[in-house]
Amino acid sequence: MALAKRIIPCLDVDKGRVVKGVNFVGIRDAGDPVEVAKRYNEQGADEITFLDITATHEDRATTVHTVEQIAAEVFIPLTVGGGIRKIEDIRTMLNAGADKVAINSAAIHNPEFVREAAERFGSQCIVIAIDAKRVDDVDGQPRWEIFTHGGRKPTGINAVEWAIKMVDFGAGEVLLTSMDGDGTKAGYDLLLTHAISDAVAVPVIASGGVGTLQHLVDGVTEGGADAVLAASIFHFAEHTVPEAKAYMAERGIEVRL
Amino acid sequence: MSKTVAVIDYGMGNLHSVASALEKVGAELEGGVTVQVTDNPELILAADRVIFPGVGAIRDCMAELKNRGLDELVQEVAATKPMLGICVGMQALMEHSEENGGVDCLDVLPGRVKFFGKDLRDAQGQRLKVPHMGWNTVKHCGDHPLWQGIPDNSRFYFVHSYYIEAPEFVAATADYGVEIHAALSCDNVFAVQFHPEKSGDMGLRLLRNFLQWELPAASFFPVED
Repeated sequence: MALAKRIIPCLDVDKGRVVKGVNFVGIRDAGDPVEVAKRYNEQGADEITFLDITATHEDRATTVHTVEQIAAEVFIPLTVGGGIRKIEDIRTMLNAGADKVAINSAAIHNPEFVREAAERFGSQCIVIAIDAKRVDDVDGQPRWEIFTHGGRKPTGINAVEWAIKMVDFGAGEVLLTSMDGDGTKAGYDLLLTHAISDAVAVPVIASGGVGTLQHLVDGVTEGGADAVLAASIFHFAEHTVPEAKAYMAERGIEVRL
Repeated sequence: MSKTVAVIDYGMGNLHSVASALEKVGAELEGGVTVQVTDNPELILAADRVIFPGVGAIRDCMAELKNRGLDELVQEVAATKPMLGICVGMQALMEHSEENGGVDCLDVLPGRVKFFGKDLRDAQGQRLKVPHMGWNTVKHCGDHPLWQGIPDNSRFYFVHSYYIEAPEFVAATADYGVEIHAALSCDNVFAVQFHPEKSGDMGLRLLRNFLQWELPAASFFPVED
């Protein structure tokens, strides 16, 4: 018996509703976040990730309230990401009941923010969220670059080097999303997942592209991920968390049943 | 009158989860439970039972405890009433921690807090990530009222980079490259490395067991010769 690989349903939340897009566009409604979180908790999810994709400041108050409601009813780890830009944002989310916060573009604008956040709140609650796209070198060697603004804006930053740097700055976990895969149901970018999981000593969560239960297995066995995140396969009842766990367990992956 | 449980707040991290988990299980108990998140020594001493949580670095934890004059209070509580230490709260109860270059702790329980190391491997030689983050199996070492209704080898949620090695009073172990002393039990003190407030139904059950834990009267009022 050893540490279980985690299955993490992800709630992308906009204006108080769970939504899911394909390649970050084309949004579908998937319900009330508190109800959805409770359902996954009852199904035995190992953790829940809540990504606030609301654009406006006013709607962020809704997010805090929603996080409070989830935390009052769901007693498994909760990560909140989206719009975490200042130390104050982290404090607000932790006080609302989040266990970890995922920092994304704020780290790109100011890498020291991650160091400061880890020193202030501890590495265990600082997740570095990385959105990467494959942009091969001229010689065809695989290479991935960080993109911001929903995958539209390249940064020129090498994703593997960035992960190493952010962990060095104190991030305690990496939430790695393949922008090529996200919403496509074509599976995780396994080469990318493997490259980053190998490069850092902290746990890596694979994200972006899950369409089948086999993709979850591949994320662990081929990608080397410590946790696998998925959204639409669970939201639209194609699969349940227990089905996913049973499938993984049958293939020799240690899960919490 | 409902029973009270004090959650010691010494500024290290967010106690929201612990408090709301206690409120949830307390509401199901006869008479209910009043949960107080506090650094007020009078309230802590007046409570029926006490939770000693903690997150973050041990040096900061010990400094905050001392700043608020809570270090001796925790030692006093540990000698007098049911107390549950959680995660870094558990580590702070030990003699010494390797973290932050070495920090002396409260010395309530014998044992030391050690670093997992940078090249941690399992029995098959596979590299293990640090922090130890996620759901691991917890193996009981004998019966205890706090394990009631919790099957042996149930999974609990851990997140830590330092682990405890204790010479005695081990109530449960977990395996992560090394043997972790995942729970310790000594008289009225119970301490866990994992987070019961984040461990789903099994974690809530452990908190409920703690709220219902009745110590033999003798441990409160030792008979004097």
